[in-house]
Amino acid sequence: MELTKNQYAAFVKKRSSASPIVLDTARAFAVGGFICVVGQALKNFYLSQGMSDTLSSTAVSVTLIAAAAVLTAFHIFDYIAKFSGAGTLVPITGFANSVVSPAIEFKTEGFVTGLAVKMFIIAGPVIVYGMASAFVAGIIYFIFMR
Amino acid sequence: MKSFDLLAPHTIAFDDPPKVTAWHSTVGPMEAEGPLGGCFDKTESDPYFGQSSWECAESTLFKNNIINLLDKECLKSSDIDFMTGGDLLNQCTASGFAARDLAIPHIGLYGACSTMAESLLVGSLLVSGGANRVIASACSHFCSAEKQYRYPLEYGSQRTPHSQWTVTGSGAVLLGTSGSPVITHATCGTVIDLGITDQNHMGAAMAPAFADTIKKHLAALNASPKDYSMIFSGDLGKFGKKIAIDLLKADGIDISQNFEDCGCLIYDPNRQDVHAGGSGCGCSASVLTGYILPAMRKGKMDRVLFIATGALLSPLTTQQGESIPSIAHAIEFRTP
Repeated sequence: MELTKNQYAAFVKKRSSASPIVLDTARAFAVGGFICVVGQALKNFYLSQGMSDTLSSTAVSVTLIAAAAVLTAFHIFDYIAKFSGAGTLVPITGFANSVVSPAIEFKTEGFVTGLAVKMFIIAGPVIVYGMASAFVAGIIYFIFMR
Repeated sequence: MKSFDLLAPHTIAFDDPPKVTAWHSTVGPMEAEGPLGGCFDKTESDPYFGQSSWECAESTLFKNNIINLLDKECLKSSDIDFMTGGDLLNQCTASGFAARDLAIPHIGLYGACSTMAESLLVGSLLVSGGANRVIASACSHFCSAEKQYRYPLEYGSQRTPHSQWTVTGSGAVLLGTSGSPVITHATCGTVIDLGITDQNHMGAAMAPAFADTIKKHLAALNASPKDYSMIFSGDLGKFGKKIAIDLLKADGIDISQNFEDCGCLIYDPNRQDVHAGGSGCGCSASVLTGYILPAMRKGKMDRVLFIATGALLSPLTTQQGESIPSIAHAIEFRTP
């Protein structure tokens, strides 16, 4: 049977399986929500210790990044992430994991050519396009809203 | 002097079939816990194989498996005329570095996950051309494959249902002039690409290559699937296996009664989190040497068609939006 690429794509689709999107979404919501609750609890704690609003927000980010980095180093984070998907990917914990995991993986290629070069292979695009969109937003603000 | 006939441009019939003298298989901890765990010659609990990097671990796996095969047969490196084999790493460093230490004349091959069948094909040609002893081998390692093809091991991500788990394992076959089973025929595959671009759906990319090769092999031998005790594919996985069966059914070829996939045999999907099954050239290599060849020698199967499939992609070609070309080579084993 000769199949065109389109016919074969349809043939394959009929015999494939979709990701369990409802279950994945529910888990992401639960774990992502839990991380946000932890973040808020940390913020309340830092505020109660006399930190300013801005400083306590920064301290929350730093704490969550440190926690995700430590969990990554102890081979725990990937199990949580496999369960929760976007629930750990979207908060700042996902960013921390995406920097620490290649740093661990590529340390065998040296601290400069391995660890430092490869550290941002996953997080790099987030930084590049985050910065780029911040510039664009800044220019729009400068021209129209100042 | 001619040592084989071409039944068709792609199918070789050996005049004096090369013989399988011996074999050896080594697998990692996860494969040892699978349904075939007790079948392998050696299982290793340390995924680093005593080394400091995943790449060295894979090379050590390849090398030690061949050393163990030589020890099993009381042979030295100098007793082996040629070694054919490869792995999944860039520039085939696992097998190349192993060959550096083994000092056996080495023909390095890359056929992605089809490498074991490719090694056997080239090795058989060497034996039929006059070599006395040739080792055909292939290996893969889950951690080095993840590092090269996907994400760092500790990166938190979810896999799709179609994704497969690269087998940490190696298989080596000693081909020569004595032993059983024998390799009577081999079909060299053609690269087929039906436009699949999803690198997590390798089974779908490789199934058409499998179907093409088996059709050519059966036509060249004027055989039908029921003539075989078993037909094994390399690592189509759960979904690729179903696609392959249905592709062939549409052509009036029913392989559903005596067909199994090495990627579906090596892990237990109910106990092990491997999604669609095993993959990697160590998958078909270790199942061949741990399960198929021992079963043939014990007389449980007398005619087996072993078709390992390979997806000839790289991370770069995937990023450039290219589809996945695939290949499959067939090796026919018989017990005299």
